[in-house]
Formats: sequence, structure tokens, C-alpha cells
Amino acid sequence: MVRLPMVPELLRQLFKTPATNAFPARYLPPSVTTFLHKVALGEAAISPPVLVPPRFRGKIAYDRESCIGCQLCLKVCPAHAIEFLPTTKRVRIYIAQCIFCSQCNDICPKDCLHMTPEFLLASENRFADSQIVE
Amino acid sequence: MNGDTTKKSIPYTVPIGPVHPALKEPVMFTFQMEGEVVKSVDFAPGNTHRGIEWMGMRRNPVQIVHLTDRICGICGIVHSLSFARAVEQITEIEVPPRADYIRTILHELERIQSHLLWAGVAAHELGFDSLLFLAWRVREQSMDLIENLTGNRVNYGIVQIGGVRRDISNDQIPLIKQGLAYYRGLLDQMKTVFLDDSTIRMRCRGHGLLSYRDAQLLCAIGPTARASGVAMDVRHDYPYCAYGDLDVHPVLPPQEFGGPHGDVYDRIIVRLLEIAQSINIIQQCLDNLPAGEILWEKKLPKLLLTLKKAQGEAIGRVEAPRGECMHYVRMDGNDAPVTWKVKASSYSNLMSWIPMLKGEQLADVPIIVASIDPCMSCTDRVSVIRDGGSPGYLTKEELTRLSIEKTRRIEKCH
Repeated sequence: MVRLPMVPELLRQLFKTPATNAFPARYLPPSVTTFLHKVALGEAAISPPVLVPPRFRGKIAYDRESCIGCQLCLKVCPAHAIEFLPTTKRVRIYIAQCIFCSQCNDICPKDCLHMTPEFLLASENRFADSQIVE
Repeated sequence: MNGDTTKKSIPYTVPIGPVHPALKEPVMFTFQMEGEVVKSVDFAPGNTHRGIEWMGMRRNPVQIVHLTDRICGICGIVHSLSFARAVEQITEIEVPPRADYIRTILHELERIQSHLLWAGVAAHELGFDSLLFLAWRVREQSMDLIENLTGNRVNYGIVQIGGVRRDISNDQIPLIKQGLAYYRGLLDQMKTVFLDDSTIRMRCRGHGLLSYRDAQLLCAIGPTARASGVAMDVRHDYPYCAYGDLDVHPVLPPQEFGGPHGDVYDRIIVRLLEIAQSINIIQQCLDNLPAGEILWEKKLPKLLLTLKKAQGEAIGRVEAPRGECMHYVRMDGNDAPVTWKVKASSYSNLMSWIPMLKGEQLADVPIIVASIDPCMSCTDRVSVIRDGGSPGYLTKEELTRLSIEKTRRIEKCH
């Protein structure tokens, strides 16, 4: 006897809402860049992304004022994403290289490095202002 | 004349790979076919070498832990745990019990998501895409749970030498219990849609056979070996983390399905039962979760100093979702280890393709190849480039010579 237990499940699925979050729009826009531009101008509405969990590791935030230039973060960064600037005794972080492990947050004695929930970081230029934190 | 050419063309050669829509990762297969039937098969891995060990040998162990997360996209915690255990043995760091339990919980959550991912891939290889989407939809629950506990869906970054970096708070325990209840309620449904289905049974029962003897001879590990009746599981044979306190036994295909056949169907059964086992293990961990510290040394500079002084060698062994994973580390009192060798679980399982594929039809190749849950980019540890840029092959004698040279080199450093 042929048994197809998936068929009732599939029929049930017909009456359920999709599990996928339709981000950034319900239907794929012809150009995502143009669409995001329109969103910025308020001409189009964005379908919001799924909320990030608490203590999510997103783009790094750097408190330049409380940094003492001890360079401990350079020692633990697996991706060599942190550069020390000897003239100002401060660091520069390249987001394009960062692997979001937050190891530098753990070692910082002055607690001046933090992970923010920001995760939409894609850019065409790895040296753009949005890709460098200093 | 005409007869001669026919004679020469049988068995004819069908190459699949290195990059092919039927394969998830690059590997080169060369099939000798007679009609639809595979007469013999050869394969060549080594197309996704990333030099990750080379990178590791220029970094300190705290940095390497985050590199190990990236060896495999699916078994992230397995590699970092295995590496951390090797380093902890060298430096004689004792992991606090709470950290051991948290590691175990995450390790098993990872097994759940990995087996569900595999179930989806297997369904896709059978041409059963609606089942792929069902399996991956239910997988999301475990991914969300992992994200909540570690801060990331894929590269967890939770393991630290001497413990874990994040504690499980009291608010998170109900979330884990909720996730467990979800999977417990789902298991029967999963078993029904996978095991009761006539199509899956027809395609998988009796295909891709790996006998008990072959599994032992070819050193198969993990679910591949267990489906052939080899009762081996690092969690049971060589307990690490919290597994010594827990009730863990190797999962073999049960008698009700006619005992171990060693076919693709048995591999599905073993993996589905292992999801049930993982739920059980996480439940046990939550019931006995000890209080206390989660790190051997909270101050990272102090940990770095201890690691810098470390001298010696050790092997860290962990039961990954695909089988045993091993990391060999040797340290000589410098920042970076002298040697770091990774043996991913698929490395031991690839050879079992050869007896499995023999005598099967070409259309069964994708599901049989997928049935061992291969992970090529985790496995590839070496790439031979000869003059002219063409990939070369090393003979056994050359390998022995290189091995001896390397041993001498390490001895000199020591």
C-alpha cells in the first residue's frame, strides 16, 4: 500500500501563513538599492526584519574618550581587524574584516568596546565611512 | 573494428564534479558505468582547501577558538570545543562544572539543528522538496534558541579556553524547555513523514549498503558507522564535558525496523533517533545544571599569559553530529601553537562512499553521497600545487617522507 504521510501536512500548509519573514519587501523589488533609497525618502514602506535576540553581536561601537590605548584588543582579534594609530594612541576598527566574535569587548579593561544590534552592514566599498569605526 | 570501439567504451566513464548541481560542496567523482549501474567509483577531494591551520599557527589560542568556529558552518561548537579541550589538556586547565554543562547543552542543540538540516538535504536529494522545506522550517526553532543563548545563529563564539563566554540565565531556561517541548511534540510527526513514506522507503531501503565489516575496515564513524551496527560514540566511549554524568548510549537502528542493514534508510532512522536522544540529554543537563563559575580564568590577559607558557601536546576529541572530530595541538611556550591539526569527522567517512556506491544506479548517487552527511570544506586540509599550477597528487612514499621531515622539524622546535 502506498503511504504518503506528507500529503495531509501539505494540505494543512495551504491554510497557514508563510513562515518566512518577507524582508525587506513582500515581493522582491526590481532593484533593492532603489527600493531602500525610496524607503529613506519615505516613499515606500519597509517590511521590518526579525528582531535580534538580546545581547546580539552586531556592528561594533567604540568609545574613543575612555580608551587608554593599551592595545589588548589587538592581541585577541582573530581577524586582525583592529589597527592601532600611534599618533593618537587610539584604535581603528575595520568592519569589513571584523568577524563579530566580541572577544575585544571581553578583554577591554576600560569597557569602551561594545556590540550594537545593528546588522545591515553590507556595502560596496570596504573603506566607506560606515565600514570603519574609530 | 566497430566491435572494438564498443568494447573499449564499456565500462564508460561518467565524471561528476568538482562543481556540480547534484553536489553541495566541491568533490570530483569518476564513475565507471555499465548502463545505469555504477561498476566502480573513484573520488578526489581537496578542492576547498582554505589554509585555516596555517592561519592558526600564527595566532594565539584565544584567537584560534574563533577561527575554529569557522571551519564548519554547521558544527561550529564541535571544532571550538575540540580545540579548547586539547589546549585545556596541555595547560591543565580545569573547566568549571557549570561551563561543562552549558557546553553540553549547546553541543546537543547543535546536533539537533545539524540532523534536521541533513534530513532536509536528504529529502531534497530524493527530489522531495516539500519535505526539505518542512525540515528546515522546524530547524529554525533550534537556530533561534542557539542565537538566543550565544548571540549568533551560525558562528557562536561561545567556547573559551577554560569554559564558556556566556552563562545561561534563569530567563533562558524556560526558553530551552519550550524548544525541547516543541521538538518532543514534533518527533512523532517527523518519524511519520520520513519513515512511513513509501517513496522514501523505496528509494532508501537497501540502497547505499555499508556492511558492518566495511564500516570497521574503513574506519567509518558517527551515524554512518552506527547505522551499520557499529556501536561507537565518543560521548559514551570516552566521555567529555558533562557526558560522564549523563545517560548516553550509541544509537543503533532498532530491532523493530529489522536490525542494522547499513543502508540509507537506517542512516535516516539513526539521525532521527539521535534528535530524540539530544532532547533527552539537554533535559538531563537542565535538571542537573550546577551553579558556579563559567570560566577558569575571567581575566583574559592572565589566561593569555598561561597559554603562552604552555608546553606539550594533546588531542581533543568530540562527537560531532557527523562523527568523531579531533584536534591535535602542540605548544612550545610561544604565543602560537607549533602544530595544529584538524581532523573533521567527514574525513573518516568519505572512504565508505566506495562500497556504498558500487552496484547502485546513477540516479541514486546524490542521496547515497549525501547519506554520510559529507562536509568537504571542513575535511580539506591539504592542497598540492605542482609546477604549472596543475593540482598534483602525492604518493604514499612521498607522504611518508614529508611526515618524517615534519616530525624532525617539530622536534627541533621543542
